[in-house]
Amino acid sequence: MIRAENISKRYADHTALNDVSLHIPKGSLYGLLGPNGAGKTTFLRILNQIIDPDAGQVLLDGRPLQRNDIARIGYLPEERGLYKKMAVGDQSLYLARLKGLSEAEAKKRLVYWFEKLGMESWWDKKIEELSKGMAQKVQFVTTVLHQPEVLIFDEPFSGFDPLAAQQIREEMLELHRNGTTLLFSTHRMENVEEMCTHIGLINKSRRVLEGSVAEVVRSHRTHRYTVIYQTPDGLALSAEATAPFQVVSDEALPGSDWRTGRSLCVQLTANEGLNHVLGALLPHADVLEAHESVPSMNDIFIQTVQNAAS
Amino acid sequence: MNPIWIVAQREFLTRVKKRSFLIMTLLGPLFFGLLMVAPALLASLPEGPKKLLVVDHSYLLVGEKGMEDVVYEFLKPTPKALANGKKILETNSEFDGLLYLPPSENKDPDYILKNAKLFSLEDLPISLMAGVEDQLEQKAYEQKLRLEGVDPEVVKRAETNARLTSVLMGDAGEEENSPAEFKMILGLAAGYLIYIFVFLYATQIMRGVIEEKTSRIVEVIISSVKPMQLMLGKITGIASVGLLQFIIWVGLTAALYAGLSATVLADAFNPEVIAQMQAQPDSGGMAAEVLSALHSINYPLILSAFLFYFLGGYLLYGALFAAVGSAVDAEADTQQFMLPLTLPLILALLVSMRVMESPDSPLAFWFSMVPFTSPVVMMTRIPFGVPYWELGLSMALLVLGFLGTTWLASRIYRIGILSYGKKASFKDLWKWVRSDQ
Repeated sequence: MIRAENISKRYADHTALNDVSLHIPKGSLYGLLGPNGAGKTTFLRILNQIIDPDAGQVLLDGRPLQRNDIARIGYLPEERGLYKKMAVGDQSLYLARLKGLSEAEAKKRLVYWFEKLGMESWWDKKIEELSKGMAQKVQFVTTVLHQPEVLIFDEPFSGFDPLAAQQIREEMLELHRNGTTLLFSTHRMENVEEMCTHIGLINKSRRVLEGSVAEVVRSHRTHRYTVIYQTPDGLALSAEATAPFQVVSDEALPGSDWRTGRSLCVQLTANEGLNHVLGALLPHADVLEAHESVPSMNDIFIQTVQNAAS
Repeated sequence: MNPIWIVAQREFLTRVKKRSFLIMTLLGPLFFGLLMVAPALLASLPEGPKKLLVVDHSYLLVGEKGMEDVVYEFLKPTPKALANGKKILETNSEFDGLLYLPPSENKDPDYILKNAKLFSLEDLPISLMAGVEDQLEQKAYEQKLRLEGVDPEVVKRAETNARLTSVLMGDAGEEENSPAEFKMILGLAAGYLIYIFVFLYATQIMRGVIEEKTSRIVEVIISSVKPMQLMLGKITGIASVGLLQFIIWVGLTAALYAGLSATVLADAFNPEVIAQMQAQPDSGGMAAEVLSALHSINYPLILSAFLFYFLGGYLLYGALFAAVGSAVDAEADTQQFMLPLTLPLILALLVSMRVMESPDSPLAFWFSMVPFTSPVVMMTRIPFGVPYWELGLSMALLVLGFLGTTWLASRIYRIGILSYGKKASFKDLWKWVRSDQ
């Protein structure tokens, strides 16, 4: 859907993006990750044609981005706000018309969304009469109202209270199910693991990682496995039982766990698997749970950023 | 629909819908009118005449009873009269002051006047003092005439009054009465109005830009429209508000004029009556001149020139004010950038005071050509008549001027609206103008 090729952007005192290429596939839910100041916002602004890159180009459906493509894109910036003294309905209409909707069509869709999110009574209220969370709902609606094929959110969950954030997350997932391509930047990893199909990681103005979440995780496998087990005597497994593997740790379950037993972490080689572990352990213990320990997105993030730094 | 138009529509409607717009538009002319008339009205409020005790050793005022606002009460000019008079003044609140005229020496009236005194417990109105002074001067003058053996009555009869009617000869040979005072007032008023209007509406643009920046809506909007379109839409919308207000004001004034001329001033505005009045040598001459001046002014030219120069000046400065608004985070930070913008406007106003006296001087010419001062200065000149080529050149330069400032401002604006936090300097602005993005 969107292909950014070799984008560079320099400001007077620093380089915001350095030869960054990213690919956001059609229908994906793409998380753009990176520490503060990595260049995420600059990248999103370039996609929205708010600023132009110094070098490189952005392709939308295979051809260079054009001015009238803005009607196909919806954008919720990180620095977002509304006219404080203008009525909610009026400014929602205004923003929709700027995106090219007719007044009648905009009104129809606004009524639909306002009902959907329980905002009917806000129409004549001024923004300054609403809470911050309420204003953000209005912003969300005005961003998606023109039914863009691509939605771009810059730090969509920052500043939302947990309930509103949850509601927005659900709306984003529904839009994703309906085929909209979503791209959002975040520095909160749990959002990525829950929601994203694809991620891209920018650090210090360079792209350091990109791919589908499955690919990325697969490429960061460590071949470690965790087994929760219980022996008849309640003690740890004998050295004899764990002899076939390299044991990383073997410790009692933390008090917070409802089960009684121990947790064993072992390191295998690339061509061994869970069966291998279970086959060796089953004669000695009851296995309550066994799984491969894949690194969390947070681990991958930190590890990649650190690798890039060193 | 063109996004500039949608933006302009919003700017226009949000302002016109405000109650303050309605009040300002309907009551504005009335308010300004009152502001001008009020001091005169207040001054002429009927106040009981002041009572002065008079101790007149010189017998200069003998037989005088006072004037419209002063009543004299004479004390017998005994040696102790002054001391007595002061005592009365202190104890009796009926009297407002004590006028003391010393005895004359060698019958010299000047000596009397030099030593005349007015005692009072509180400050007396200047008009009262001036009135008494005038009267004393008149008396002393007559006294001097008599001393020289001249009858004041003869002098009075010999007094004459010369008045020149200035006539401008036009190219086509027509002659036009040209009362300069009226044109001066009209020109200065028009120039001043331009100054106020440009300032008023250009500041509104700046406020609007700052509002969009501080409320953080600007990035949402420029993901839909180009910064240039947003800026132009804002300028256009606010210009429409100004024009609407101006048109309503002109309409109200015209209606008021029509209403007045149909009733109270019916005679005064009748050309025949004016002709008659002008024919009379003395009495009606002055009034007739003012009236004929009112008629001799080319109102359509002045009105259309006013509209042009208001719009031109507004566009020229409005774009720059928008740039200033984009460069700051709060209105309090605008001062350093405002100074270079307000200076030429104030200079224009100062220059137009001189221009009003010599509307064809080189000073007038050059300041009515430079786009930054031409709206104010040219408006001051127009009632006196300006050659068409000068008017045309000045207008063309103004158009070029605002195209230039709009270009310059949009270069600053597109970057300024996304820059938060750091306080921009003139150097930063220049960097923004030159940068590609």
